[in-house]
Amino acid sequence: MLRNSMKTEFANRSDNERFARSVAAAFVIDLDPTVDELTEIKTAVSEAVTNAIIHGYEDREGVVSVEGKLYEDSVEFTVSDSGVGIPDIDRAREPLFTGKPETERSGMGFTIMEAFMDSVEVESAVGKGTKVRMVKKISR
Amino acid sequence: MELIFYGKYRALVARLNGELDHHIADSVREEIDRELERTGAVNVAFDFRHVTFMDSSGIGVVMGRYRKVTALGGRVAVFGASEAVKRIMRMSGLERFTVIADKLEDCFEEVAADA
Repeated sequence: MLRNSMKTEFANRSDNERFARSVAAAFVIDLDPTVDELTEIKTAVSEAVTNAIIHGYEDREGVVSVEGKLYEDSVEFTVSDSGVGIPDIDRAREPLFTGKPETERSGMGFTIMEAFMDSVEVESAVGKGTKVRMVKKISR
Repeated sequence: MELIFYGKYRALVARLNGELDHHIADSVREEIDRELERTGAVNVAFDFRHVTFMDSSGIGVVMGRYRKVTALGGRVAVFGASEAVKRIMRMSGLERFTVIADKLEDCFEEVAADA
């Protein structure tokens, strides 16, 4: 049963990465997560939002959104952008793959999301944008 | 961030504070690289004792400094990281090419004083 929901939208500026993970942490606090669970959620949301900011729009300005849904024993976050999209999702999800090899990106973003959340689904269309939906059970 | 050069280890120690994410990563990288050149340090140690949050952007910064100093025969070390941060480091295979220690004294051999 849905207990709560929220949606927040913000500019694709890197200082909003911190804002987004703080919002995610505040939203889930009602389920009384452990410190570890909270860290895992903050990290996974930070990875998804950072991807949207770095890769989503290249150098254009754009909007990133984070939607949250709180259930009795789980939380779901969907991070969306309306940017360039991911041409090959399977490849993007491989550990150490980076779409920006000229920078110092580690290529671990999706691997960390998958390790810290119970499910990660990626929907993307080139030229239209990307949506990452993540669910995590909260032990109670 | 505070940057301190330890002559006895020929190491630049980067004392990080707070949250290490993509937003912070660029300035951390630039400042370290500038100090590496200025001090002539060959080794880099990241002091994670006061880091409260890190995502994969932090891994990128450590890996990037590794690539830079190995060319000079130097090493990279990380010390004082929380369990949460160490977990991300292990997941990324960082321990294969960096020293992960509890304290600075365990990171590098001391360089013999000039004769």
